[in-house]
Amino acid sequence: MPELSFREAINQAIAEEMERDDSIFIVGEEVAKYQGAYKVTQGLLQKFGEQRVIDAPISESGFTGLGVGAAMVGLRPIVEVMTFNFSLVAIDQIINNAAKMRHMSGGQLKVPLVIRGPNGPAHQLAATHSQALESIFAHIPGLKVVVPGTPKDAKGLLKSAIRDDNPVIFMESEVMYGLKGEVPEGEYTIPLGKTDVKREGKDITIIAYGKMVNLAMEAAKSLSSDGIEAEVVDPMTVRPLDDEPMIESVKKTNRCIVVSEAWPFASVASEIGYRISSKAFDYLDAPVGLVTAEDVPMPYNKILEHNALPTIEKILNAANSVLYKK
Amino acid sequence: MSDYAVQTNTEEYLSLGRNKLVEMYHTMVLIRRFEESAAKAYSQQKIGGFLHLYIGQEAVAVGSIAAIHKEDYIITAYRDHGHAIARGTDPRILMAELFGKYTGSSKGKGGSMHFFDAERKMLGGHAIVGAQVPLGTGIAFKAKYRKEDAVCLTYLGDAAMNQGAFHEALNLAGLWKLPVVYIVENNMYGMGTAVERASAVTELSKRGSAYGIEGMVADGMNVFAVYDAVKEAAKKARELSLPTLLEVRTYRYRGHSMSDPDSIYRTKQEIEEEKRRDPLEQMKKFLLDEKIATQKEIDRVDEEVKQTVAECVEFAENSPEPPLESMYDDIYVQ
Ligand SMILES: Cc1ncc(C[n+]2csc(CCOP(=O)(O)OP(=O)(O)O)c2C)c(N)n1
Ligand SMILES: [Mg+2]
Repeated sequence: MPELSFREAINQAIAEEMERDDSIFIVGEEVAKYQGAYKVTQGLLQKFGEQRVIDAPISESGFTGLGVGAAMVGLRPIVEVMTFNFSLVAIDQIINNAAKMRHMSGGQLKVPLVIRGPNGPAHQLAATHSQALESIFAHIPGLKVVVPGTPKDAKGLLKSAIRDDNPVIFMESEVMYGLKGEVPEGEYTIPLGKTDVKREGKDITIIAYGKMVNLAMEAAKSLSSDGIEAEVVDPMTVRPLDDEPMIESVKKTNRCIVVSEAWPFASVASEIGYRISSKAFDYLDAPVGLVTAEDVPMPYNKILEHNALPTIEKILNAANSVLYKK
Repeated sequence: MSDYAVQTNTEEYLSLGRNKLVEMYHTMVLIRRFEESAAKAYSQQKIGGFLHLYIGQEAVAVGSIAAIHKEDYIITAYRDHGHAIARGTDPRILMAELFGKYTGSSKGKGGSMHFFDAERKMLGGHAIVGAQVPLGTGIAFKAKYRKEDAVCLTYLGDAAMNQGAFHEALNLAGLWKLPVVYIVENNMYGMGTAVERASAVTELSKRGSAYGIEGMVADGMNVFAVYDAVKEAAKKARELSLPTLLEVRTYRYRGHSMSDPDSIYRTKQEIEEEKRRDPLEQMKKFLLDEKIATQKEIDRVDEEVKQTVAECVEFAENSPEPPLESMYDDIYVQ
């Protein structure tokens, strides 16, 4: 299998889908002439022309709403937000319009829209530019929320997201764009709403998604050298949440931690923790542990930033704690 | 750049007095050297995150802030180093903030995009494009509410005018007659997008007319042109409580931020051409031509600034990192 970067995998997914269906267009800041603020849309303008690859002014509410409107009448827009921090400017269009149109129209309308871009902290971008916002979107009935952690998953899931008839929030990461991984050649899709077991193990279940999958895999390696085999379970789509494989895993391991770089309060991590606690209650040998961002706005200082986020050490500590080792 | 006239009323500028004039030049040089030094520290990874340099635009912050009182307020976007320095914040604590140190203006929590100095009524550096425009409008609302003799200079980029927040705020200011001067620093690009590719109307000062707000245009490379325009607009805000939309035409010499591949959207030739209007060179020439300062005095300014910037870096380097527990501070008022 060829190795592709996360960035290339997403670029391929968009290009292949645009090739297949001319109702798809992509709009966002710097997506065309500049080739993408993070070079994800590199070459798309040259391939598909300026009618379908469109540079927008800094007007997130305007062009996201335009995407919702165009989707209501049959186009399949991909709206790129330069980062999800800026999607907050368009939050009304996303929550009140995109998510609810199907319901409010009694099933007459659909909104086949993808809103995608990087999510979560990067490097020292400070409070307004370092937010993992998936829990906010996952809170909303009517939205699907996808947070892939590998290039292969990103490509397959994005293709499904583009073909989905519902609004899908698709969250990438600046610091993962360069990450390489094997991506199958040729056409494939990965269904939304399906959990994947990334590593098998019998001693503890580590549930992680997005960037945190890679951290969880590293932690699993480290635990393995201490004779502990962790099962790493990746929901990939955080809404709808496929909890069955998580519960199956916990039935086997009897111990579970959840890793997320979002804030802990009312979060995807706390939702997963709740589901495990209630649906696998009789199998748990310890309360479910959460490893999340600290409950603070992100400080600019590098050391504070590092300490505000999940780290391998924090994952190992949480694992040891549910394993009652020290 | 010839569709507006620069009225050089030498007499009036001379009335500012020699000290003030030399000080304005000093501040422009300080901003430039401070940022050159910050760029170097960034390449040495002593500064992280986004660093947006103001180099080329110095006349805007210096000319506008020279034209207001110390009771007045200012607020701007993330390209904020020049405004804080011009407002008189100790550049050492600004450099320390860039280095993320505990002695920094925001104790290392804000970084380059978030310079604040509440004491000097500098109400921030704001990193979400357009977000500061309603805030500046609210600050002007307070000045009027409390019958203060104060105005608020609200700076924004050309591209920020395309945000809904800008339009909603301007309507409020027009409707409620608020003492605010919106200063659009038109540096011709929002990141890699030229103004004419982002705005349906490219005469930006006209975009206030929908809200009954008078527009003005000034040469942003000429510190006196900025000074004059802001003086007039601030007077109108102060005496008549009327807002103004002032477009200043300027240019950023560096990339949008340190990570911007400049070459995609503009030519080297364009940059070189714009540099011929350099605000520092223009001011220096004025000081020498009008015999306000001698070459020797100009050289002394350069020397002093060099010294100051070296002290800034030394202070920042020798300052402590914030303690880990400090990440929980300053989230709520206790
Ligand atoms: C709401 C929002 N969208 C996008 C961005 C990313 N961004 C930061 S600065 C910028 C360009 C702004 O240009 P302009 O307003 O002209 O100011 P300049 O940078 O030229 O000073 C963009 C797109 C952001 N910070 N906030
Ligand atoms: Mg600009």
